[in-house]
Amino acid sequence: MGKIKPRAYYRETLNGGFIATKINYMLGWGRKYSLFHYPFITACCGMEYMSAACAHWDFDRFGAGMTTFSPRQADMLFVVGTISQKEAPVLKTVYDQMCEPNWVIACGACAVSGGIYDNYAVVQGIDKIIPVDVYIPGCPPRPETILNAIEKLQEKIQHQKQDWQWKIKK
Amino acid sequence: MENKKVIEALKKTFPEKVTEIPDRLGDTIVRIEKDALLNIMEFLKNRPCEFTMLLDLTCVDYLSSKGCFEMVYHLFSISSNNRIRIKTEVRKNELDIDSLSDLWKNTNWLEREVFDMFGINFKGHPDMRRLFMYEGFEGYPLRKDYPLRKRQPKIPLRRLT
Amino acid sequence: MTRIQKEASKESLLINMGPSHPAMHGTIRIMLELDGEVVRNSEVEVGYLHRGFEKTCEHKTYFNLLPYTDRLNYVSPLINNLGYVMTMEKMLEIEAPERAQYIRVIMSEFSRVSDHLTALAAMTMECGAFTVFLYYIQAREEIWNFIEQTTGARMTTSYIRIGGVRADLHPDFKGLMDKAMKVTRRVLKDVKGLLDKNKIWIDRTRDIAVVNPEMAVNYGFTGPCLRASGVSYDVRKAHPYLVYDQLEFEVPLGDKGDNFDRYMVRMKEMEQSLRIIEQAVEKMPDSASRAGLMVKGIEPDEAIKASRSKKAEERVNLSPNLQGSEKDVRPDILVKGKKYTVPPKEDTYTNIEGLINHFKFFMSGHGIRPPKGDVYFSVEGGNGELGFYIVSDGTDNPYRLHLRAPCLHIVSALEEMIKGHYIADIIPTFGSTNMIGGELDR
Ligand code: SF4
Repeated sequence: MGKIKPRAYYRETLNGGFIATKINYMLGWGRKYSLFHYPFITACCGMEYMSAACAHWDFDRFGAGMTTFSPRQADMLFVVGTISQKEAPVLKTVYDQMCEPNWVIACGACAVSGGIYDNYAVVQGIDKIIPVDVYIPGCPPRPETILNAIEKLQEKIQHQKQDWQWKIKK
Repeated sequence: MENKKVIEALKKTFPEKVTEIPDRLGDTIVRIEKDALLNIMEFLKNRPCEFTMLLDLTCVDYLSSKGCFEMVYHLFSISSNNRIRIKTEVRKNELDIDSLSDLWKNTNWLEREVFDMFGINFKGHPDMRRLFMYEGFEGYPLRKDYPLRKRQPKIPLRRLT
Repeated sequence: MTRIQKEASKESLLINMGPSHPAMHGTIRIMLELDGEVVRNSEVEVGYLHRGFEKTCEHKTYFNLLPYTDRLNYVSPLINNLGYVMTMEKMLEIEAPERAQYIRVIMSEFSRVSDHLTALAAMTMECGAFTVFLYYIQAREEIWNFIEQTTGARMTTSYIRIGGVRADLHPDFKGLMDKAMKVTRRVLKDVKGLLDKNKIWIDRTRDIAVVNPEMAVNYGFTGPCLRASGVSYDVRKAHPYLVYDQLEFEVPLGDKGDNFDRYMVRMKEMEQSLRIIEQAVEKMPDSASRAGLMVKGIEPDEAIKASRSKKAEERVNLSPNLQGSEKDVRPDILVKGKKYTVPPKEDTYTNIEGLINHFKFFMSGHGIRPPKGDVYFSVEGGNGELGFYIVSDGTDNPYRLHLRAPCLHIVSALEEMIKGHYIADIIPTFGSTNMIGGELDR
């Protein structure tokens, strides 16, 4: 048995050992309940988004109530509605401005796949432009569905491998 | 003024330029020659006809059947509560028509829309650009020969794995 | 290089607003030339929500394109349905039964209320009155509950069909309707108390973006924005459709045509709409066949089994999502004639004739085929005159379908409206035009 090299020991524990998983868990827990979101609202689904955000359905209950209108402060991009070819560069710019870690929800059939608009003007799903974490079906999705999507995203965040600054990169 | 009288007056002032189209649904439709468009519209807008509001302006593609586009104008008179529809043909070989932007201000955007969708040029329009589509878009989407699904993405799309 | 960049003078500041801007709903880009905080010149760019509505419709049948009309002015989808459907009815020369007409009136008035509520909610929220926003949305939620109960969807309903409506009103519609009316009335009263004499609100809206009657008419304004300028033109009064000529209501007018008037006209119009609904419910003829519906029928699978040996006679229970469109209630809500309406589901599943009818209705090249010609018809939408211009070439899909979008005309005046005002005034002005992307860009 040789001597344990301290550096290797730390690397191991921090990346998969007990402490690391606990920190991972804590960070996930923290992140999932403080989702600052940037609503990128273009079309009809925005009306249901409004309902979901207001007093009746209120997704503040799930820790996603804080709307920021600066992509630099946002954790989550809520793409609500149809993205046309003309709008696509705007969406890409907004996404590129967001800091890591960030998540994207595609809300409504149009954002997911182009929906009923299969024609020259509409991008067939925003995943052709930016990566997406959660897809919400429906045209428009009911507010319950939007709430469910937020729960799904929280679950995903909780079980994700978190990224933190002083983590030793392999 | 009653629509009947309006048509009579039109016929009297612009003989040979105006024909009335009978309509089974009771709308008043008038077909006019393209070169008289500006004068006729001015006549209709002012007293005694008083069609002060341009409700709508659009275009229909008849390239394959008649070899022309048809401009359709809907006018409305608030004082007499009448609507009138004016049609005129734009032949394939000369795709331009007078702009009405001196008479009605909303034609600014409406004509840009028609230019955008059909490629008809409006003479005298202050700012002839596309309205809905972006710069760099080729072709005119509402023409019948433009395929429904021909996309021209503005930014490169991701390749999905 | 855009127009404004060419025109701008050297000293002024160019600034870009939108297309995704926190204080603006909808996607629109405003480029501003500023002198200090005053807007010297501006250029509005639209088209960020161009979805190819008109082109897509040319490739759909007359029946199938109905869902696309929902998504035009998505805050009042039922009026859009109505506009399209009434245009088709004019073209086909048919008229819906009386009860259906009253149902349409009720539905479109509720839609109008929800449209105005949303318009004002967005306008007030962007000015900072967040409480009012929450109140308005609460009322809208109740209205949508009522709409959902009958139509099955909150927003994109596709409820009003060519020849009538898809289903009869829900048997217990009165309960939710009364609640919606009560909540809306209360909200209107509360908001009045909060805003009408509110110094901040008045300062931000009074005498800002004044549109005089000549300018409004010249720009083709219709609806609340035109009436705020003092021109009394309402399609419901000028060219009455449905049963509007039998109902009593007033057309509220503004006197100055500024932002405050546009807010005020919308507020008053909502009250009138509620009044119309009350009258319509009272006057609406009873459904003749309600009693028959109480009789229990047989289940669909039994009916299909029975139909194998002989023609089924008994009443068939429909599945819950078809409720309200039973064969017995159809005479009240849909025109007669298999040419224009979807054949009853009971027949489709239990006898060969019904199946063939169904097949023929949906087969491409068959279905609704209006005669050649063109037609224009308009209804009073949330934003103003909502007109459809349809050219038919005798086949089962439209040769050309054009929408007269009321807010295109209004937004095209935005450049002139904000000229010479402060940059902060753009927000209430833009809110008061009630720009709806789906309708503007189509
Ligand atoms: S999914 Fe449907 S409701 Fe949502 S934006 Fe698209 S068309 Fe509108």
